[in-house]
Amino acid sequence: MAEQPESGQPGRPRPRRGPGSLRLIWVYPDLLSTYGDRGNLLVLKRRARLRGIETESVEVNSDEPVPRQGDIYLLGGGEDLPQILAARRLRDDGGLSSVASRGAVVFAVCAGYQLLGAEFGGAEGEQLAGLDILDISSARGERRGVGEIIADVDPALGVPRLTGFENHQGVTTLGRGTRPLAAVTVGVGNGDGTEGAYDHQVLGTYLHGPALARNPGLADLLLSWATGPLRPLEGADEEWARQLREERLAAVSG
Amino acid sequence: MGKLPLRARLATTIGGAAGRVSRMTGRGDGSVIGGVLSLRVEPDLLKLLAADRRIVLVTGTNGKTTTTRLITAALSSLGQEVASNAFGANMEAGLACALGQARGAPFAVLEVDEKYMPAMLTATSARVVALLNLSRDQMDRAAEIWMVARRWRQALAAAPNCRVIANADDPLIAWAAGAAPRVTWVAAGQRWHEDSWCCPECGSHLRRDELGWRCGECTFRRPAARWVLDGGNVIDSGGRVSELSLSLPGRANRSNAVMALAVADFFGADVAQALPRIREVSSVAGRYTQITRRGRRIRLLLAKNPAGWLEAFDVLTHGTSPVMLSVNAQGPDGKDTSWLWDVDYRGLRGRPVFVTGERRLDLAVRLEADQVAFELADGIDDVVDRVPPGDLDVIANYTAFQQIRAVVGREG
Repeated sequence: MAEQPESGQPGRPRPRRGPGSLRLIWVYPDLLSTYGDRGNLLVLKRRARLRGIETESVEVNSDEPVPRQGDIYLLGGGEDLPQILAARRLRDDGGLSSVASRGAVVFAVCAGYQLLGAEFGGAEGEQLAGLDILDISSARGERRGVGEIIADVDPALGVPRLTGFENHQGVTTLGRGTRPLAAVTVGVGNGDGTEGAYDHQVLGTYLHGPALARNPGLADLLLSWATGPLRPLEGADEEWARQLREERLAAVSG
Repeated sequence: MGKLPLRARLATTIGGAAGRVSRMTGRGDGSVIGGVLSLRVEPDLLKLLAADRRIVLVTGTNGKTTTTRLITAALSSLGQEVASNAFGANMEAGLACALGQARGAPFAVLEVDEKYMPAMLTATSARVVALLNLSRDQMDRAAEIWMVARRWRQALAAAPNCRVIANADDPLIAWAAGAAPRVTWVAAGQRWHEDSWCCPECGSHLRRDELGWRCGECTFRRPAARWVLDGGNVIDSGGRVSELSLSLPGRANRSNAVMALAVADFFGADVAQALPRIREVSSVAGRYTQITRRGRRIRLLLAKNPAGWLEAFDVLTHGTSPVMLSVNAQGPDGKDTSWLWDVDYRGLRGRPVFVTGERRLDLAVRLEADQVAFELADGIDDVVDRVPPGDLDVIANYTAFQQIRAVVGREG
């Protein structure tokens, strides 16, 4: 069933939710979950719950089919061999590509981000086929990018400055079909001064922290893509995240 | 342990002197600086110092220091001197120093950092290597654990005279030991599964049930174990059951004890002989130490990574006594705190929880997400002021733990 674009947002599918709960699907945590990635799922659940939105979360292991009815799909970070296995299985399964093209939200971090692209680098420097969901291509770089990262998000997204921790040896090049998520002020990111990439409702980043724990604005962006506009949270519910952001930004730039 | 060549003797003298100065000036226990200087004078020192001794290397993500201590205690029942790097200096310099300081010891039990085990195996020609567990730890510093396992596997396959004593319940350990010609399998248990859902042999999903773990696709499966941790008991390779009754608390320490008993047995100290010595150990490098401070009975627990935190929660005082959590993210801790989200804090609900350390705000956001009530605090004395007289458990990661010990004293 084709989605009608909402007026004023040409090309963007209408935010879509199944009946009842918001369905969060964590894809292959048995392969891609090395960096506290569970935290991104927990933050989405919390921020949805605080708005009175029920969530239902599913963890899909690598020997199971990717469910097709999810609203937000999450892919975490991981080591070289698990990344290669995940890419292969996801290509064979076809589910993630299919849900991305019908407008589901896909949020991917680090190794997960890389494998959404046309290709990514393997352990020996060989190039391997990705899922071709994002117009990006990654390769093994010369140095490891490790440390706190600060980046300013594309103004079109309305998300405050990103803070996080990166740890990757990949370099990612963006094609014309995708936009950088942010411009790096401290750190490495994609390697060319930009960090992350997004296209419609698919968004990838190198940020750990985890990314959504450090950047509630980014979590709300993803949620709003699935649910429509969200009301702001009470200050008290945001206070600890606010203090953490302030502390991290000061620690890195101060 | 014949006479060392002149340069090596000079090296150990210099190293020993530097170590003594370091201890006297209160800088540390002197093991690393002493070893570093010694190795500069004689790079082959470790090989020379290791010659003609029976050496045990102990490695893994969690439990190295404790298991090293337990093996040392167990082997002491044989009546001969046992050298050890008891304070946890587990890279080349620390090993050299430990051996240099106990020139006459026929046995040496040395903990080794996971990344250095292959090199230290070559340098020491160790008789036994004990493999405890592998899980995520300090992702910004550590090599990927699959790569560590692969290097172990290669190193052990090329060491035909080495006896490997390996935890059969950890799939990555089983794979790392799987190509070694002489392996004693110990069913030491595994509580943290999150780093071993993927078969190291073929990459498929690993299945788990009451019988253990096995790959859903290939033939890789848990090996049969001759030594077993069964609740509070150990079953030795002869099938005899003994109650462990350790002084150290918790499941992880029972696991460490069974590994230690298997190592000791290899050298001729059976359970009846070794276990009493193991029971005497009640604290290790400050961990599990109980310190009384202004009427509060403080117990210090070290937990450096998600698997370690899971075990620390197992050991908390029963009921609703307060807990202090302290987390830093300095170099030795790992600078990325994302791992906090791999720890399940929900079990802390219902206790007073105090949050301290350089990264207490990360902990705050984490606990809030798990709906655990907490208060920020400024350190151990601040928490002591705010809790009633009685028990207080402290769980801290590496540098935070050292800072707390510096305040409350280094008893035990």
